[in-house]
Amino acid sequence: MDFQDNQNLIENKEEKLLEPVVIAPRHPMSGEGVGLILEVKNLTVSFGEDKVVDNLSFNLKKGENVAIMGPNGAGKTVLLKALLGILPYRGEIKWSESAKISYVPQKILPEKNLPLSVEEFFRMKKAGREQAKEALTSVGLTDERFLKKMVGTISSGQLQRVLVAWGLVGNPNVLLFDEPTAGIDIGGEETIFNLLNKIERERNISIILVTHDMSVVYGFADSVLCLNKKLICYGSPSEALGPDGLKKLYGEGVTFYKHEH
Amino acid sequence: MNTSYFISLITAIFIGGAAGYVGSLMATKKMSLVGDVLSHIALPGIGLGLLYGVNISLGALASLVLGILLIWILSLKTELSMESLVGVVFVLSLAVGFLITPEEELLHSLFGNISAVAMSDAVAAVFISVIVFIAARMIYSKMMLAYVSEDLALASGVKINKYNLIYLFLIAAVVAFGIKVGGTLLTSAMIIVPAAAARNVSRNMRQYSWLSVIVGVASAIAGFAVFPFLAARYGLSVSAIGPVIILASVVFFIVSLVFKNKQ
Repeated sequence: MDFQDNQNLIENKEEKLLEPVVIAPRHPMSGEGVGLILEVKNLTVSFGEDKVVDNLSFNLKKGENVAIMGPNGAGKTVLLKALLGILPYRGEIKWSESAKISYVPQKILPEKNLPLSVEEFFRMKKAGREQAKEALTSVGLTDERFLKKMVGTISSGQLQRVLVAWGLVGNPNVLLFDEPTAGIDIGGEETIFNLLNKIERERNISIILVTHDMSVVYGFADSVLCLNKKLICYGSPSEALGPDGLKKLYGEGVTFYKHEH
Repeated sequence: MNTSYFISLITAIFIGGAAGYVGSLMATKKMSLVGDVLSHIALPGIGLGLLYGVNISLGALASLVLGILLIWILSLKTELSMESLVGVVFVLSLAVGFLITPEEELLHSLFGNISAVAMSDAVAAVFISVIVFIAARMIYSKMMLAYVSEDLALASGVKINKYNLIYLFLIAAVVAFGIKVGGTLLTSAMIIVPAAAARNVSRNMRQYSWLSVIVGVASAIAGFAVFPFLAARYGLSVSAIGPVIILASVVFFIVSLVFKNKQ
């Protein structure tokens, strides 16, 4: 996808502004109406006395792509982990029965000499050689020799792709990404964005991602959830991230300038 | 070669292999210290075993299981890291162990006395080694995943706490039945050194785990092979076989370093 296409995507999003405020999912379920895939009610996660996520409620529709934004320490990663069920929480998190969730963590840092090949890393998720090859191909790693490489010696961009591919094993329909752009050089960032679009198109899955990257938010997300311990805003990107929304989230003086052409 | 020498050798080979294998899972930084000092928690049990005429392996096992449960429960109930808890339980065990172990037996408790290995000990050691190997093989890839990323492991449904506990029990079993070969000090070396050597030259998990076993077994054989010459020359007693086995494994480690630097 080149720059022009990106621009189109952003413009398409803007057109949505003209529609009523209800956010239309990208893949409306014909016949059965729009199902919810996730219901979160009064979610609170505390570390000791400290409430990291405070009384959060929101719903996600099937096929919807959501970007979670917020300043550092706002509880974004904690929210993802609570959604995954790997952190204790109070309140209610209800995934629909059809939800098949997978997780792509923020960077992992394997030691350089960790004796673990890419192929073995995939086998930990019960993925055989063919499955691993297929998943790697869909993230753009097509060289078969790659399977034999040590996980600790591949570049951070490649590692990010491997983690995405790992998340795709087993054909999930919900993918939770923790800052997919973190730690990747600028050239790589563009590809992660393309990658998300490609995965989403090919596999028809909901992607919930934590990100700071506005172009990812505008170009990719159906809705954005801004978080600073409490829910600050929720809605379509242009609606939720107007100047007021950003001020509420990051404080005064922060605006995202969209280039008009 | 007499029978007692032969059953000692068999014991050392099996314990060496099992120790190398569980040691390779100690790749985790968090766990390496735990395994290192865990063996010393056996000391009070050895002391009590000697005092009351119970098999010291059973005494050691009881003491290890108690110590591990204590560490595990404390680490769940408090915010303290496992390392610091192990540190505290370690010095406690060492102090109590020294107080109750008869003085003339202390050296053997620390460095082993392979001449004390009876036929029943050998059978038990072989049996336990095989069980430990199979159990470790079953949890191997889950433990490794937890090492790569705890979050990924948890999100994939790996109960890390449960596997950590199983893993600690496996180490306890190896230590308890390896104690006559290497004592508490040297048994931890048998767990750590072969895996460290294997790690230097391995490029994947398969090579790494098998090389750890091979170096463990080879160290035991090399120790027994070299010992008669050393004994003849320096007048060593039989109980020195344990330390010689460890020296052999360190030689393997040095060789692996040379290969590593050539890569």
